[in-house]
Amino acid sequence: MSEMSKIVRTIAAIVFPFIMIYGLYVIAHGHLTPGGGFQGGAIVASACALLLVAYGSMWTMRRIGEKRLSVFESIGAFFFIALALLGLFFGAVFFNNFLAGSSFLFGDIPMVGSNTGDMNTGGVLPLMNFAVGIKVVAGLFVIILVMAYASNHMEKKRGEKQG
Amino acid sequence: MSRRDMFAVVFFSIVCMFFIFSALLMHPFGSPDETDMDDMIIKNTQRETGANNGVTSVVFDYRGFDTLGEATILFTAVAGVVLLFRRMKET
Repeated sequence: MSEMSKIVRTIAAIVFPFIMIYGLYVIAHGHLTPGGGFQGGAIVASACALLLVAYGSMWTMRRIGEKRLSVFESIGAFFFIALALLGLFFGAVFFNNFLAGSSFLFGDIPMVGSNTGDMNTGGVLPLMNFAVGIKVVAGLFVIILVMAYASNHMEKKRGEKQG
Repeated sequence: MSRRDMFAVVFFSIVCMFFIFSALLMHPFGSPDETDMDDMIIKNTQRETGANNGVTSVVFDYRGFDTLGEATILFTAVAGVVLLFRRMKET
């Protein structure tokens, strides 16, 4: 995919931060409102795909690079499994919610029934949402980026062969 | 009509009958099976996990293994795509 016109690029640059904030909101409030790590990660990855469409795959590859994204994907997976294993150590079983009910981070227990929602609840769920969010953003975007770069590369090669 | 068309018609009607019978045996709309599991989760999710969103608490707490499998699938897909297109970047 090559670069699009200046109008498209400007509009994409204006819209990009709003989509980013919405996606990060969905990830951060995963334990209170509908959504979570997977859904918010898909929203943020689609914002990055907008950049890819508007600015072209060469620019995006030079700016971000697929190696860095792979590293972020592995970091997300590592934190997810590490939190699950911490449940094994502090609690009794794998994926134990050891932070819920403690007076530590995200440890409050909300009132049963409908309530206004408190960010400081949920135990390990917000942390797992963040880990899965990082993982999904990096994973989805690296797939789109590498495929777009490869198709661009193939087109250029075919053009060289013909011309 | 050739033999192949006959075979297709017979096969298609058998599959259709299978679907129609299974559709007739379905529950009426809006009245699912009553199970103890969903009642238990709805009653205890806020007290046990501390999260208002019951779906998230099921996905990351009660059914954490399933999410681990999903994450592994995503990891495998990324590894496969990056491996497959790696040579494209060098040449």
